[in-house]
Amino acid sequence: MSSVAVSQTEAETPPPEQVDLRREFNEVGIGDVLDQLDRELIGLKPVKTRIREIASLLLIERIRKRMNLTSDVPTLHMSFTGNPGTGKTTVALRMANILHKLGFVRRGHVVSVTRDELVGQYIGHTAPKTKEILKKAMGGVLFIDEAYYLYRPDNERDYGQEAIEILLQVMESQREDLVVILAGYGDRMDKFFSSNPGFRSRIAHHIDFPDYADDELLAIAELMLRDMNYRFSPEAREAFVRYIELRKIQPMFSNARSIRNALDRMRLRQANRLVADLDRVLTADDIMSLEASDVLASRVFSK
Amino acid sequence: MRVTQGCFSFLPDLTDEQITAQVQYCLNNGWAVNLEFTDDPHPRNTYWEMWGLPMFDLRDAAGVLMELNECRKVYGDRYIRMSAFDSSHGWESVRLSFIVNRPKDEPGFQLERHEAGGRNIRYTTKSYAVDRPEGGRYGGK
Repeated sequence: MSSVAVSQTEAETPPPEQVDLRREFNEVGIGDVLDQLDRELIGLKPVKTRIREIASLLLIERIRKRMNLTSDVPTLHMSFTGNPGTGKTTVALRMANILHKLGFVRRGHVVSVTRDELVGQYIGHTAPKTKEILKKAMGGVLFIDEAYYLYRPDNERDYGQEAIEILLQVMESQREDLVVILAGYGDRMDKFFSSNPGFRSRIAHHIDFPDYADDELLAIAELMLRDMNYRFSPEAREAFVRYIELRKIQPMFSNARSIRNALDRMRLRQANRLVADLDRVLTADDIMSLEASDVLASRVFSK
Repeated sequence: MRVTQGCFSFLPDLTDEQITAQVQYCLNNGWAVNLEFTDDPHPRNTYWEMWGLPMFDLRDAAGVLMELNECRKVYGDRYIRMSAFDSSHGWESVRLSFIVNRPKDEPGFQLERHEAGGRNIRYTTKSYAVDRPEGGRYGGK
């Protein structure tokens, strides 16, 4: 109902000649979201810069719309590429928040899906399935993780193509209702886009997520520990710096996700160490701190 | 003769914008919206056909409007109604139902008087539209 009322008042009042940019900026409240992004996400400099750029563009676009200088809805579909654990999903959630505050999506919820939820298993199963998801995502953001799996060039009868066609159609015709964010590993997404040129041209923003540097990974680990009410002892911290160096060159390293898993294992070892000595009286400090031995027991050091 | 069944039927036909607002109201209340269609306008006809499944878990009315437009493309010459089902305990029934699409030309109803024994009269209403077989009514096919 409110949207109806807004459009009516807009039609009655003439478009403003001047706009106070600061007031506009404060009014939509994206400053908080961007600051939160800076504070809570470590590293990712190019990503943050791009998001600031997009937010500024959208803010200006919003003002232009109010001044009747434009009536088109800008294309907001995005693609996030980067290695595993570089924060693509987290940023997508924030992006939905920013788009919602600026009024480019109506509800600001994120529907996160993978191939399984879009593609059916038999003929005639795919279209209703894809449409079901699209309907759920209307008014918000549809986040398709590992989007390259939608297209399987080795199987010409694969139903993924059908899902792609429906997606493209909705991405084009219902731009004001839905924002689609595709995510996946860089090289595979490139291949996906080159075999589906329709997708590339419909996506306005391609954002590349870089890998984290060693010190950023350490900062992430400390942030995660702080959230869980743990901390490193000074020796454990040093040991963890070495852990990161060693872990990085091993296969299957997935940035922040690997760090989280490593921390979970360390908490396990810490708990085991504490329980081993039942006669001891524990202080809060004992329970909160991870010792060097908890870190050094890792498999990474044995190789 | 204009068929008046369900909510809002004495008002002029709702525009898409008004339908969107109504649907959003339903969704905000957590009701599942459902589309049904028929070409038998008799008021006692409870067998409307479903257009797909009731739409659960939607957040925004745009998804419902998408289905409505699909349904209009196929059955634009019939009655289409939207109903909202409240699944919460104690209600478990339809809370709102209104017509969102109607045929261009509604021929109305015939009142048939059946003279029974002892000068009794039994009344029957019958839509002129149902003279033709299903699918061929209202100028379709």
